[in-house]
Amino acid sequence: MSTNDDLQSILNDIKVGDIVNVVLNNSSVISGRLMPRYESSERDHIVIKLPNGYNVGIMLKKIKFITKVSSFSIETEELPKKNLYNSSSLKSQHKNDNDLSQISNLPKIALISTGGTIASKIDYRTGGVTSVLSAKDLYTSIPELSLYASIDTEILFNEYSENIGPMHWHLIANKIIEKINSGNYDGIIISHGTDTMSYTAAALSFALQDLPIPVIIVGAQRSSDRPSSDASSNLIASVIFATQLDYSGVFVAMHGSISDKEIYCHIGTRVRKNHTSKRDAFKSIDIPPIAVVQDDRVEIQKIPSNIILHKNKNRNKINKEFNIISKTKFDDRVFLLKYYPGFNPILIENVQKLGYKVIIIEGTGLGHINRNCFSYLKDAIASGMLVFMTSQCIWGRTNLNVYDTGRDLQKIGIISLSNMLSETAMVKAMWLLANYNDLDYIRNKMQENISNEITFITPIVEE
Amino acid sequence: MNEIILKVGFEIHQQLSTKNKLFCNCKCLEAENYDSIFLRKLRPAHSELGSYDRASIFEFTKMRTIKYHSSYLSSCLVEADEEPPHEINRDAMDTALIISLALNSNIIDEINVMRKIVIDGSNTSGFQRTMLISYGGHLQIDGKKIGVQTICLEEDSGKLLSDDGKFREYGLDRLGIPLIEIALEPVTGTPTEIVKIALNLGRLLRTTKRVARGLGSIRQDVNISVNNGKGIVEIKGVQRLDQLIKVIEYETIRQHGLILIAEKMNRERKSNDIIIGDKIMDITNIFMDSSSKIVQKVISNKENIFMAIRVKGFKGLFGFEPYPDIRIGKELGELVRFYGFGGLFHSDELPNYGITDIEVRKVNEILDIDISKDGFIILGGPREKMSIAISAICDRLNNVSSGVPSETRAARIDGKTIYSRPKPGSARMYPETDIAPFKITDDLLVPLKEKVPKSWNETISYLAKKYQLNKNLAEKIFDSNYFEIFEVLSGLTKISPSFIASKLTEDILNFERQGYDSSILNNNILLDIFKRLDSGLIAKESINLIMEKLMNRTTKSVDESIRVLGIKSISDEELEKIIDKIIEDNVLIIQEKGMKATSALMGKCMTILRGKVNGKKINDLINNKLNIILNLKK
Ligand SMILES: [Zn+2]
Repeated sequence: MSTNDDLQSILNDIKVGDIVNVVLNNSSVISGRLMPRYESSERDHIVIKLPNGYNVGIMLKKIKFITKVSSFSIETEELPKKNLYNSSSLKSQHKNDNDLSQISNLPKIALISTGGTIASKIDYRTGGVTSVLSAKDLYTSIPELSLYASIDTEILFNEYSENIGPMHWHLIANKIIEKINSGNYDGIIISHGTDTMSYTAAALSFALQDLPIPVIIVGAQRSSDRPSSDASSNLIASVIFATQLDYSGVFVAMHGSISDKEIYCHIGTRVRKNHTSKRDAFKSIDIPPIAVVQDDRVEIQKIPSNIILHKNKNRNKINKEFNIISKTKFDDRVFLLKYYPGFNPILIENVQKLGYKVIIIEGTGLGHINRNCFSYLKDAIASGMLVFMTSQCIWGRTNLNVYDTGRDLQKIGIISLSNMLSETAMVKAMWLLANYNDLDYIRNKMQENISNEITFITPIVEE
Repeated sequence: MNEIILKVGFEIHQQLSTKNKLFCNCKCLEAENYDSIFLRKLRPAHSELGSYDRASIFEFTKMRTIKYHSSYLSSCLVEADEEPPHEINRDAMDTALIISLALNSNIIDEINVMRKIVIDGSNTSGFQRTMLISYGGHLQIDGKKIGVQTICLEEDSGKLLSDDGKFREYGLDRLGIPLIEIALEPVTGTPTEIVKIALNLGRLLRTTKRVARGLGSIRQDVNISVNNGKGIVEIKGVQRLDQLIKVIEYETIRQHGLILIAEKMNRERKSNDIIIGDKIMDITNIFMDSSSKIVQKVISNKENIFMAIRVKGFKGLFGFEPYPDIRIGKELGELVRFYGFGGLFHSDELPNYGITDIEVRKVNEILDIDISKDGFIILGGPREKMSIAISAICDRLNNVSSGVPSETRAARIDGKTIYSRPKPGSARMYPETDIAPFKITDDLLVPLKEKVPKSWNETISYLAKKYQLNKNLAEKIFDSNYFEIFEVLSGLTKISPSFIASKLTEDILNFERQGYDSSILNNNILLDIFKRLDSGLIAKESINLIMEKLMNRTTKSVDESIRVLGIKSISDEELEKIIDKIIEDNVLIIQEKGMKATSALMGKCMTILRGKVNGKKINDLINNKLNIILNLKK
């Protein structure tokens, strides 16, 4: 008999959440609540939550039988004893945080959820964590939100961010257009897993140009079920940015340091996740973040002169005449190639054979690769592919004029993308490829600044 | 006291002596200073069960920002809650399993790490990671079995550095150090019998040689109830056994006192006559010109107000003391201190503290008090905290008739206990999904069974034999905080282990009794002192002198002590000169007493050489010289 059958026969009609007595082969009894298992692959144990709150795993083969004590039910906790004191002067101090009617005059925000949880609810009986998405629950979890905005929520899809791709960017972009065209909102917030957040930010920056209002992408590096989560402070800050920022466009709002202090607002094409787990993993590359929320106020940073930011039409009382350039399709035939010592250039030939149209190279330093790649790249370009050069250094600009290798690469027809982030360059190429047919046009557009993905002035900033 | 039935449950928290922390690779070191600071806010997740108890909400609202101090030597991103926890420290797991085996406790097949919500800021994550290792089992004492409830392995929390009511500051060095928590079944008995259980459990843990020693490495939480009262009082933070016995004694009296107060109340008052807090008035105006210094101090802050609460039918109950200093008034005072108030006044103690009869009469009037039956409470302090504190007072007064309320109290070093917070509801726990469940297999347990420690008696006999100690001294050194350094010193030097053991136990204890501070005598200092003795740089007699100087803080280092004491190592040449001189000066005594003159000469030598030269060496030299002189004469 397989362990699956063992489990079925032992459990009989007992369901997760029921209170049970587990009688062991040695006749001792463990009582508690039957829990779901988190990793479903192993079915040789059951997990019981003891009355003291601990979960313990019991091996199936040690169990004689299980009996049900009571079925799972929604228990209600005993209400606290009513206080006998009543004093109106004191009572008036208690404001009802959940009174939604009070906030009808506040700015309106659409919160579009794509996955990850920005707020959670925990059932301490079962240990189950569920995400909070209804507006009512959101206000209960994060009452401060009611100070800043009235929020409508919508779940677009629910994906870990590593599973989000060009198709999802398309869906998100279309949803944003729908919300903006409704004319109901002062700002839009997208909750998103952090792993590919900056790719989505870049994608939306190209797909939706000249937005009338801010679109803020927000997430959390620590899950929202823990009291220390950065989710709520990031969300509060995103609401403040969305309602108070003087600029429109696509931005990312995340922690500025490991303290719960400043939340930074990053330009969507210039932001990158640089740490696997820290709260301040997101950094603006080659520019400072454009704004900071600290003590619940927006402070605009010194913005370099060559950064182009559109006015928030809503906030600046500009006539809401929408003229969004919306091209929301993406073509994934773009290859992001990280060059490394020992790289086998035949791979370039294979990329070409697989039908890719564009290669974005992450070269070394100023934008270099081994000369043994040259002939393969020449062939690729001759076949009609576009090849662009970015740097794996992350910070700084490519320059193909300084060394011989660079000049040779230019002769072959490889185009330097200045300080465009390699990931942003890849997303931009996907977007151009899907929306334009003319290769010359795409080649030129790649070198042109559309959404601050190239900034020709790098400010001197002390790290 | 005879009619009191005392029931005590222990929860012992013992720090393990692992090299690294429970969920990261940082060393378990106490930080001497901190390198960096960061700020955090904690927000309890919205629970489906909704209501948090009042104390949690209060703590949450007053402790919005927490400041953490970290040292790179003892904390990393894991403690900062900036990196997921690593795998469970196997060494700590082994220790927990060995202790479970030693207590015949039933080890769980698959151990699940849980998150226990703690929002006071002591854990950066907002929860403490803890896991149940085993349940049941027993501790054997004098043939009696004391039941074990559960054995858990958990991480220690941050070290509270300061709390000014607005800001809380914690050091991260302690956060994540592995602790084993052993909860015993409640036992009845006398305080002495109960303390013996704690002593035995502590000894059992130490026989594994896998637990840390020293003050702060073991903490007892004690649940005490008397006469089968329903109220469960948990006392936290008992660090020493002599403190434990005082805590049990004090708490027994306090709880019995509360029962006596309840009995008096239920006997003398009709429940219908007791009405609590039906009238609450702002009396700031009445107190505005009070000559009471306490009142003026409160009122000088513009944010503060005074409120009076009518408590019908309570006259005489606030101040009634069934035992000295045990009364409801005092209980209420401790309660409001939790909410940030300095204290309160009750009608049974007024007029007093500069509050006049006229002022009292005005309060009586405004509250419409029947002075033959009613009482009142006056509370002064910040306006915004008034509501929550008055609610707490009313709740407490409602519980007077049922005797002992459930609550958490803190143990003071003198054994008294003070209110620290309401007893939290059942622990809020949910699974730590960042750490995979840990399977306990036979392959893992079999080798650990061989590491189960010998019994106490076996351990002591073994030690006595190994180091040639008498049994009493072996027990003393093993029970002391100096056992590890004792073993090091005995192995490292040629000094007799029994000499080292008696210095480290009896002599240090003597100094402690004189009120000296033994915490200064760390392993490095002890090593330094005994190495000097071993190499003949100082004499045996100097050890106590040096320890005394260090412990009463007149000196800061061994070197300084030696300088201050004027201990110089004397060359053999100089020594002989001094002894020759003394022999010369005392020829008459030698002639009279012969070899028996040694002791007289010894005394004279020691007045000059005490602490500088080993006494035995002097004695040998005198004997040799006398032998020669007396033989020559023959
Ligand atoms: Zn660490």
